Amino acid sequence: MSSDHKKHIDAVTGVATTGHEWDGVRELNMPLPRWWLWIFYATIIWSIGYWIVYPAWPLVTTHTSGVFNWNARQAIIDDMATLKAQRAVMTDRIAAAPLEDILSDSQMLSFARAQGRAAFADNCAPCHGAGGGGMRGYPNLVDDDWLWGGKLQDIALTLRHGIRSTDDKGRMGVMPAFGRDKILERPDILAVADYVRSLSTLSVTKGADLARGKKVFAENCAACHGENAKGNREIGAPDLTDQIWLFGSGRDVIVEGIINGRGSVMPAWGGRLDDTTIKSLAVYVHTLGGGQK
Amino acid sequence: MHQTNALPAKAITLSEAAAALTFAILSFSSLIVAAMAHTSEYAFHAYLFAAGSLAAVFAIIDRYYNRPADKPALMIDGKPNYNMGPVKFATVAAVFWGIAGFTVGLWAALELAFPVLNFDLPWLSFGRIRPLHTSAVIFAFGGNVLIGTSFYVVQRTSRARLAGDLAPWFVVLGYNFFIVIAGTGYLLGITQSKEYAEPEWYADLWLTIVWVVYFLVYLGTLMRRSEPHIYVANWFYLAFILTIAVLHLGNNAAIPVSLFSPKSYIVWSGVQDAMVQWWYGHNAVGFFLTAGFLGIMYYFIPKRADRPVYSYRLSIVHFWSLIFLYIWAGPHHLHYTALPDWAQTLGMTFSIMLWMPSWGGMINGLMTLSGAWDKLRTDPVLRMMVVSVAFYGMSTFEGPLMSVKAVNSLSHYTDWTIGHVHSGALGWVGYISFGAIYCLVPWLWNRERLYSNKLVEWHFWISTIGIVLYISAMWVSGILQGLMWRAYTSLGFLEYSFIETVEAMHPFYVIRALGGALFLAGALLMVFNLWKTVNAQEAVSPVESALVPAE
Repeated sequence: MSSDHKKHIDAVTGVATTGHEWDGVRELNMPLPRWWLWIFYATIIWSIGYWIVYPAWPLVTTHTSGVFNWNARQAIIDDMATLKAQRAVMTDRIAAAPLEDILSDSQMLSFARAQGRAAFADNCAPCHGAGGGGMRGYPNLVDDDWLWGGKLQDIALTLRHGIRSTDDKGRMGVMPAFGRDKILERPDILAVADYVRSLSTLSVTKGADLARGKKVFAENCAACHGENAKGNREIGAPDLTDQIWLFGSGRDVIVEGIINGRGSVMPAWGGRLDDTTIKSLAVYVHTLGGGQK
Repeated sequence: MHQTNALPAKAITLSEAAAALTFAILSFSSLIVAAMAHTSEYAFHAYLFAAGSLAAVFAIIDRYYNRPADKPALMIDGKPNYNMGPVKFATVAAVFWGIAGFTVGLWAALELAFPVLNFDLPWLSFGRIRPLHTSAVIFAFGGNVLIGTSFYVVQRTSRARLAGDLAPWFVVLGYNFFIVIAGTGYLLGITQSKEYAEPEWYADLWLTIVWVVYFLVYLGTLMRRSEPHIYVANWFYLAFILTIAVLHLGNNAAIPVSLFSPKSYIVWSGVQDAMVQWWYGHNAVGFFLTAGFLGIMYYFIPKRADRPVYSYRLSIVHFWSLIFLYIWAGPHHLHYTALPDWAQTLGMTFSIMLWMPSWGGMINGLMTLSGAWDKLRTDPVLRMMVVSVAFYGMSTFEGPLMSVKAVNSLSHYTDWTIGHVHSGALGWVGYISFGAIYCLVPWLWNRERLYSNKLVEWHFWISTIGIVLYISAMWVSGILQGLMWRAYTSLGFLEYSFIETVEAMHPFYVIRALGGALFLAGALLMVFNLWKTVNAQEAVSPVESALVPAE
């Protein structure tokens, strides 16, 4: 305790220490750096100013609301209203125009494509890919091969009501589970799978009974896929001759599809997206490359 | 307990008996919980508790048979009889967990650049290894550094032996047991989904007990000090220990669904829960990663530089202003959310006012070098610690800047935040810890010097390049990301989809992983150097570490 107030000068700086020492460590008796102190005061003054301008301190049932009554909720409402007003000139025109007219009006077309692109990226890209290229089980929207039709109205209907969705007006039609539901025997399934591959000039298994496959196809598949296997867009039955395969062209994949059926779902976007956005989306998808007249 | 005159009969102490009995009971009840556990993951943890407790019982009994009859003397020949066993353990544990945590971090970074690297294994998925990484580096590496250095510093600056007999060992071993429970829990998918507080209720309860004992040991040692005043480093350590206890209790107030289930529900709901979470989260940064490591800085920098601390007055003023202001700043993590505007305002303004109090520590650290700047050329360990303080200054300027709502609207949810955190974590926390460990290992193992200063140089430069790559990649990608998210076309639609912004991040994620790899490589050099320091050199007779030259 005796060293408590002993004067001790640091030889290097010539400044007095506090006189204490801990395990060889001393402390200089330096004043607070002025610049440090003044900036500290400045931040306090700035903060007090900010409290006066903006909502800051809680009171018993409310809080101080600042001189301009600013609040974040109103700010976002105002922002959104400004944005809506900016778009309104064009969205109003698109809302009133028939779909086909949008295609022929360059101003409406470029706006609809911009709106469609933004909506597509947020809502459709997770399944159909950022560029609409699709992936296994999710159709490519860039080509001209359409399951349910590639005209503007077809696309809009699919968008609005979905496919095998919860919407009553949605597109319906399923590929039955021929194996699981014991409609076809395994040898029949294998034969028809080979036959279907032969339709798009894919190689078939050695010794495949194509004649039996053709018979099975005529009796079970042709009703939906057509006698010539060209498909039927009314019920979403794909063309089996065009070398485009939603789930893959491997024999195993085709056999699996015949056994368990297929029935993937596209949600109905009507009610989730406003009608103008759906129209713009239809135009966007139609103009990706595969739109049909 | 009862000693007779001539031959002190060896008797088991009350604390030994009580601890052994408690652990025996805990071991037995853990077995019951394991048998009735609802999930196999929880049963695994219960078995760990049973095995750990059983090991504790054996350790206590074994120690009783091997120890001398008398309690260890507090002083020998007028010098304090320091208890450095737990410090050594924590130092080794810190190095071990550090390497583990950096490696997992590197893996997480690689997964972000190349998602295929999770190999579709649930326990390797990003969602599980990310908390494993953050907890391993903050709590396992940082926590052991803090416990180890605090036990060292409090003894040396108080000239007193650590309080308690079994208690200091309980703190280091119990804390590391908590880490094992937390880490294996993340991999197995046990989490309460609170960032930086993921462990479930039973791990939290265990940590509470360990932490209270830590606090008591620390306080007890300070109370038996033979110095008239408490050294500044100890104020920071004590603030860290006390505040972390309060934060831990507040943020983990949860009700388990059953004693036999790992699942619990937090008592806070909605925006209150978010507020409590970030009151905790931000002050974990403030009191764990700032105050605690400032404690390290206040001892190891003046000690290594052999210079007095720059300003006693500044240390007082910045300590109290830091403590008072930090605790308010949490809401800046919730700007533009459901949190009321007034709370956001307070969070932001208190963060601004926090700027200078934070910088007080930087000034005191850097200016302590005045009169000894030449040592930076020759002593890479000191250089590491000084650069650490520079990173501290940088990230404590960046923090208040990012808390400003206008800046935050750009930076929030982007990689900028990740860059900010890592300039503090790699630069400040990492480097001050490496510096302290480089000092401690020769001191604790009575080696004259480190095995190789050259290797420290390599460690310094490799990891500095790593840090710079890491944080600049995250700055660029964060600002790019923020700008892409808010970009509108002239027609009033978002210019970029989310996935396009993710694609744009890819090159920066690769650079970040490279930075992390360099940081890890530097740390591995440190491990080799420390290993050689202890194993390739003769021990010298215990020297007063005050006499060890800083080169």
